[in-house]
Amino acid sequence: MKKMNYEMIQETVYSKILPNGLTVYLIPKRERAKTYGLFTTNYGSMDQTFVPIGEEEPITVPDGIAHFLEHKLFEKEDRDVFADFGRLGASPNAYTSFTKTAYLFSATDNIEANVETLLDFVQDPYFSEASVEKEKGIITQEIKMYDDQPDWQSFIGTVQGMFKNHPIKIDIAGTVESIQTITKDDLYTCYHTFYHPTNMTLCVVGNFEAEEMMTFIEENQMKKQFVQANEIKRSFPEEPAEVAMKERKIVMPVSIAQCTVGVKEVTTKLSAEEFIKRDLLQEIILDYYFSKAGKFYEKLYDENLISSNFSFSTTVDRNFGYSLIGGQTTEPDRFADKMIELLLSTNDDSLSEETFLRLKNKKLGRLLRAMNSLEYLANETIHYHINGIDFFQLSDIIQSLTLDEANDFLKDWITEDKLTVCKIVAK
Amino acid sequence: MDAINEKTIVTNGFRLHMIPTTKYKTIHFVVKFKALLNRETITTRALLPYVLRQGTENYPTERKLQIKLDELYGATLSIDAAKKGNHHIISFRLEVANDKLINETNNRSLIEEAINFLKEVIFAPKTVEQKSFDPQIVEREKKTLQHKIQAIADDKMAYANMRLISEMCAGELYEIPVYGYEKDLGNITATSAYEYYQNMLTEDDLDIYILGDFDQQLLQNTISATFQRDHQPTEHDVELTEGATIRKDVKEVIEKQPVQQAKLHLGYRTNTTFRDEDYAALQVFNGLYGSFPSSKLFINVREKNSLAYYAASRLESHKGLLIVFSGIASEDYEKAREIIELQMEAMKKGDFTEQELSETKGLIMSSLRETLDHPQGTIELLYQQVIANTKLTINEYFERINQVTKEDIIKIAEKIHEDTVYLLTAEEGQTDEENEL
Repeated sequence: MKKMNYEMIQETVYSKILPNGLTVYLIPKRERAKTYGLFTTNYGSMDQTFVPIGEEEPITVPDGIAHFLEHKLFEKEDRDVFADFGRLGASPNAYTSFTKTAYLFSATDNIEANVETLLDFVQDPYFSEASVEKEKGIITQEIKMYDDQPDWQSFIGTVQGMFKNHPIKIDIAGTVESIQTITKDDLYTCYHTFYHPTNMTLCVVGNFEAEEMMTFIEENQMKKQFVQANEIKRSFPEEPAEVAMKERKIVMPVSIAQCTVGVKEVTTKLSAEEFIKRDLLQEIILDYYFSKAGKFYEKLYDENLISSNFSFSTTVDRNFGYSLIGGQTTEPDRFADKMIELLLSTNDDSLSEETFLRLKNKKLGRLLRAMNSLEYLANETIHYHINGIDFFQLSDIIQSLTLDEANDFLKDWITEDKLTVCKIVAK
Repeated sequence: MDAINEKTIVTNGFRLHMIPTTKYKTIHFVVKFKALLNRETITTRALLPYVLRQGTENYPTERKLQIKLDELYGATLSIDAAKKGNHHIISFRLEVANDKLINETNNRSLIEEAINFLKEVIFAPKTVEQKSFDPQIVEREKKTLQHKIQAIADDKMAYANMRLISEMCAGELYEIPVYGYEKDLGNITATSAYEYYQNMLTEDDLDIYILGDFDQQLLQNTISATFQRDHQPTEHDVELTEGATIRKDVKEVIEKQPVQQAKLHLGYRTNTTFRDEDYAALQVFNGLYGSFPSSKLFINVREKNSLAYYAASRLESHKGLLIVFSGIASEDYEKAREIIELQMEAMKKGDFTEQELSETKGLIMSSLRETLDHPQGTIELLYQQVIANTKLTINEYFERINQVTKEDIIKIAEKIHEDTVYLLTAEEGQTDEENEL
């Protein structure tokens, strides 16, 4: 077991790769009441085309299958996993993203039993035709719920405006039609390919003793048999650097229109070093322009183009990256024009040493603040691990960023062909 | 076990609550102003958080204010308004990193800077001639609030909840929406808002919470030297004597809109509030009925009948309401409603096992402990006591939960009456697909 002390941020992290290939991170915090366990597979809605384990030829599975599988792992032949956790006083949950499927619990007691329940239910699938059929009604209502949410439509609409071929343009839950075709055999195929321990990470944060917990997890894993796995072969279509559409308009019965501008940031897999630089610089630069301290934010506000739900976010993951900026606006056309004008002007802009220092300090403070959250710690530890980065070195990496790097990034950040606009309007 | 060390001091016209803990990497300041809901002032109160966020005497624009926060190592400031029972509460929340974790070479004290900054935001907003807010800011923020009010219609779950409350509690104080009324915005001016704010600063109940790793005596001195106002906290009982209404027939409200998913919300009167001794039994009741994935609603509406993705219930603990909410297909209204009502009947009959009862208690206690493992959660939970004017320690409350029996739950169930059913459903002959241009 590897033990890492990060003195400045007062964190100690234990990790180990078990003989079956499972990566385990343990972050004990004896002062906390709560423990959070997160068991994640490096498999999400975008893993649509792949070679199933033990086979030679690639297949393409129905849209929304990773999410469907997430739902179905909670149901067993004789019982419901929610009840198992309920008996142990824990709250379980799960989520599916473009790149990951994650199962989790939070609890204040019975920590080992809860970790065991988490590992065992995810590693013991039971799918039947009847239970797969039953789930279609539930997921249909989940999709319909999102259909009525302008925020979600705006998000996925902007992603679809940016990416032409990449499967992140597929809605995570799929469509009402696509999920109808899913069978129990499809679920088993995806399960056996992507839920192999070599493709998974377990992270437990909270109130427990690290040595005992690691031994407990190892013993649990030794009891289980897994076939030998080779590297998973996934395939992704070529993705151009420029956006798929300049503009997209979605008509929905909204009271206030929405407009989001997307910046297509990354379309290929980056090295770990490039990944983290890009990740941090995107965040710092967006913050510089669009936070409440940002000069673009002030312009948009003064021109009455934004509302209180204006927001921005940025992501780099596996082989894609994007930034999204927008929100409700009464004038989506003028908002879009102004945003494009502002973004294009960044080519000639540069940050001062003083400003850059303020942005770095802010980022550091915010990182510390976020680290209060056990959920955040576990999710980020796994996210960065999968992308080859030690999350706990982030504060050092932030401090080492230089003004030149930021200004170099800024010079080439925006070109017109990387920008897309998505409007949600009533008519 | 989960001892929360809260030290409360009544001083300088407010209550200071200090909660020392080394669990977190940040220090939290929460300042809460509380007044009874009032139809006349609600819109001004709803507007204030937006106006105050726009600038102070020394940081006269939102941008300058934010740059100051950034310089405090990305400190965060939020100002929000909430409704708890018949009260309206405006909270200022400031969070700063703990100095100890930051490699500072100069000897600045982030805590002291934070306290002074917070004082400025509250007591020295940007004014014109010291008797009015900046009219330009007020006009701009009236638009912000107007959009916020309008946008509720775009969040169907929130909209259905608002509509249910307004139908169910018509004529009661609680019907007043937390964000006020769009039609009242026209009457608000920079001067009227400022005048009201000055009243609020002196008349509202004021509680200041500070949570984190700090030197208590030093902090208490700094606060005493910084915050002062003329006010005596009222100890009188503020519960209003609005009689419990029992409707003879359940009120049914059906509204049609072009939606993909219908929202079915049911409102029950619990006739029990946070201050009552049997509130613990109500919380356990709600756990068995609808607040967990192991509850009757989730199991029967979702798992057994595949009617919904979510079906749950929650308590409006200071008002005495239990709200059921679910998203269903429009054509499943009768079926879903029947299943939800049947679960309530089952609860009244005591149709649950001792094991389910004890597991539910375990889940409630675990979720309380989790809330106490979160800085804002701890403060909000402690503040419940202020709102309800009770003085129950966390351990006493755990003990009450522990002692709830099956009989207690049946007794509490008998006090619960179905009041209003609200359905937001699709228009006739609506096409199923959104149009794309």
